[in-house]
Amino acid sequence: MGEISTVLVLGSLVAYTVALISFAVDISALGGHAPHRTVRRAANIAVAVSWLGFGMHAVGLVLRGLAAGRVPWANMYEFSLTFGIVAMGTFLVINRVRDIRYLGVFVSFLVVCVLTVAFWQLYVEADGVQPILDSYWLGIHVSVAAASTGLFSVAAAASALQLLQHRQERKVEARAAVAAPVPVAAGAVGTLETVELDTVDTAESVETSGAGSAGGTSPRRPSSFAGRLMAQLPGSESLERFAYRLNAVAFVGWTLTVVAGAIWAEAAWGRPWGWDPKETWSLVIWLVYAAYLHMRATVGWTINRFAWFALAGFVALMANFYVVNVFFAGRHSYSGL
Amino acid sequence: MARYAPEGLKGSAPSGAPAPSGTPRGLGLRGWLRWGWRQLTSMRVALILLLMLAVVALPGAFFPQRPQDPAAVADYLEANPGSGELLDRLGFFDVYASPWFSAVYLLLFVSLIGCIVPRTWAHAQAMRAGPSRVPRSFARFPVRDELEVARTPREVVAAAERALGRGYKRRTGRVQRGDVETLEISAERGYGRETGNLAFHLALVGLLVVTAWGQLVQYRGQAVVVVGSSMVNSAVDYDTFDAGAWYDVDSQEPFRLRLDDFTSVFTEAGRPDAFTADVTLSRPDGSETATTISPNDPLSVGNARVYLTGNGYAPVLTVTDAAGDVAFSGPVLFLPQDTAYTSTGVVLVPDANGGDPQLGFRGQLFPTALYAADGTVLGSTFPQPDDPVLILNLWTGDLGLDDGAPRNLFVLDTTGLTQATTETADGTEVPLELVLRPGESVELPDGQGSVTFSELRRFAAFDVRWDPSVPWMGLFAGIAFLGLAASLFLPRRRVWLRVRPASGGSVVQVAALARGDDPGLQRELDRVVAAVAPDARRRSTTTTPATRAPRRTPTPRGAAAEREARDDG
Ligand code: HEM
Repeated sequence: MGEISTVLVLGSLVAYTVALISFAVDISALGGHAPHRTVRRAANIAVAVSWLGFGMHAVGLVLRGLAAGRVPWANMYEFSLTFGIVAMGTFLVINRVRDIRYLGVFVSFLVVCVLTVAFWQLYVEADGVQPILDSYWLGIHVSVAAASTGLFSVAAAASALQLLQHRQERKVEARAAVAAPVPVAAGAVGTLETVELDTVDTAESVETSGAGSAGGTSPRRPSSFAGRLMAQLPGSESLERFAYRLNAVAFVGWTLTVVAGAIWAEAAWGRPWGWDPKETWSLVIWLVYAAYLHMRATVGWTINRFAWFALAGFVALMANFYVVNVFFAGRHSYSGL
Repeated sequence: MARYAPEGLKGSAPSGAPAPSGTPRGLGLRGWLRWGWRQLTSMRVALILLLMLAVVALPGAFFPQRPQDPAAVADYLEANPGSGELLDRLGFFDVYASPWFSAVYLLLFVSLIGCIVPRTWAHAQAMRAGPSRVPRSFARFPVRDELEVARTPREVVAAAERALGRGYKRRTGRVQRGDVETLEISAERGYGRETGNLAFHLALVGLLVVTAWGQLVQYRGQAVVVVGSSMVNSAVDYDTFDAGAWYDVDSQEPFRLRLDDFTSVFTEAGRPDAFTADVTLSRPDGSETATTISPNDPLSVGNARVYLTGNGYAPVLTVTDAAGDVAFSGPVLFLPQDTAYTSTGVVLVPDANGGDPQLGFRGQLFPTALYAADGTVLGSTFPQPDDPVLILNLWTGDLGLDDGAPRNLFVLDTTGLTQATTETADGTEVPLELVLRPGESVELPDGQGSVTFSELRRFAAFDVRWDPSVPWMGLFAGIAFLGLAASLFLPRRRVWLRVRPASGGSVVQVAALARGDDPGLQRELDRVVAAVAPDARRRSTTTTPATRAPRRTPTPRGAAAEREARDDG
């Protein structure tokens, strides 16, 4: 059963790779053609193949759990599979409600990387767990951690795209300002956000300056590849709000991860908190995202900063998994390596 | 009504009053203090302190920490004498007790309290006061509508009240202008969002307070117990014991724990599968209970908890000296060094030969010996004692135990000792190795006595811990979690209706506003509209199709409108 699981997960990796290529083809088609193409065949293929991969991934994960006789997230290999499937599943499910195929490249790239590293660096045979892990808290604490990691990953993809989109919008703004100097838009770099976030005086002034980007598409016909591409994706503000919603859910999940971890540590190690490297990093991640939420509630910050913050939190999250587990000695040394 | 909000909080900045970014001039001491306090409790400073806490917490993950791993700190200091000492002085080996770490988190919590307490009052008042006045004009709200219906204003209001239901706190008013009577509804829901946010922040304060209290009163003792022997829960009986500054001997639950048996289960590959300590618990009232302790399953004795934290082998050895007297007899702890439980230990025999010379042994235990072709032992292949072999090296001389300095019982300090050697067939001198299996005895060379390995026992390491703050931590963590979820996910919405009579029915103006991001706001407005006006003719379409789609995104005007509404309220 363990072998079937491995084969299925490998199959899902192949499917995600195909999806990644198709998503990339779709993106380059968006940039290459005139705006407002209605049929995106490559993207549709990519989504279908992603679902196929997701199915294999899911069955592979279940078989892995059956082979090991426990929940399938007790070592780094399995944790990778689990948060990978959450990231992909989140993307696919949201995509059914609203079209976020433009995030497909990012998400499938991320999941392909995660699964590749899992296979070639983290693989271990399916087996039971040590007595200290043999607790129902393994089911709670680690699954929530994996799910939150998956959600943070999709949010990070949106934040990255937001930053790209913002650069593009600024170029468009700058060009527009040169072509037809409008007083409101002619301000310094970053005018857009400053106007939107703190100096809103009259609704009218915002409407003139913000109209270009608020809807996500620029009325002007973009000439470059990136311009045509980005013009068809949501505006940076809308991407920011999307990332925020995912980050908010993931943050609650991460809070639960830390709390459940402390409860488990109390039962297993005799203290709820002991500044183990993994505990410390989890707290740091939590603090960075808490700062992100505060920043979002504070006047005077540009939405780009939100994205940088969310990405910083995500980097810490990845470091906590790939670096701390492998290179830091602590009581969380269950990587299975 | 003025609402309190921390300095710089989006959507609540008092219009006209600029944020106090410049320094106050000529304010005197009180002015400065007030200015400092406002800065400290501002959102921006809270944000910076949160990040600083993240930064100052990190060194603890990079440098070994004395409370967790004193041996690693000692190693680090030895390897890096210069920089190590500097780091030590700066507190890098005990980050979480260092002044700079404490300063950051204390400031953060002062800021938090300074921010949350006034907000709590303001929120309590707002909840008592109910929904705010209906704004004069709805034009600024992006989510709004205006329609003509065939119903009378009273019917519209009744329908709207039904649609809003219990979820909303409502206030219905009447405004008389000339002989036109306008009815207004102001409704608000989601006070739980702010309540949750306050509960979350207050619970963090609670968490900090109970944790600090726990640190002051708690105690923790560690004891290693060989099968057949007992430990007593008293400070003097532990191998290591620490307690908080307010520790009180009376808080220590009196009991005795005897380790009756220790069983371990390993898979064929040598992975541990289960550890179980069978113990008998004796209380002062004479009661005896047989029970078990295993990982993840501590034993609760009154308010104390007993955790199984380690295990290993303890060969029972008897050493006789040259005169034939028993100089040592008893189990010796051997600490496992690898997953196959290859273990090391030392036997100190200061009483041998009346103290001159004393004997010391350094030994290795192989639970399941692996042999080379010539019969020498290479290592252990399995953690269970399938074929245990003990190999001892003998040292003679002065053990140096008399100077009263504390000794590590697992290390043999060989200064002042000579190692016993033996000659091989080709005449080279090699250290003497005494090879023993359970039940065997060997003679020491030159008639110095003998060693007997009578049996192999197991030992278990127990942590006994009492920290009365743990249940409180759980309570506050639970409140924080629920509060956070409420604060992030409960929609806070206001809905306003203004209904005035018109020929053949009424004209209804509606608007809705949310706090923060609320993708469901338009749907909420549509629901109310549908309820009051199933037959409506839209009088003026103020919302374009694009913004009416569920995916509509509030424009920046939302923020302005919200601020406006708060000022109104
Ligand atoms: C221990 C430190 C703190 C932590 C971990 C923390 C955490 C959080 C979190 C996770 C949120 C998100 C909830 C939401 O967005 O509604 C939040 C919101 C908030 N925090 Fe804190 N906080 C801390 C300190 C502070 C301090 C010192 C202040 C005051 C200056 C503050 C004021 C606020 C406010 C006003 C909100 C609501 C923002 C909004 O309206 O959305 N917090 N806090």
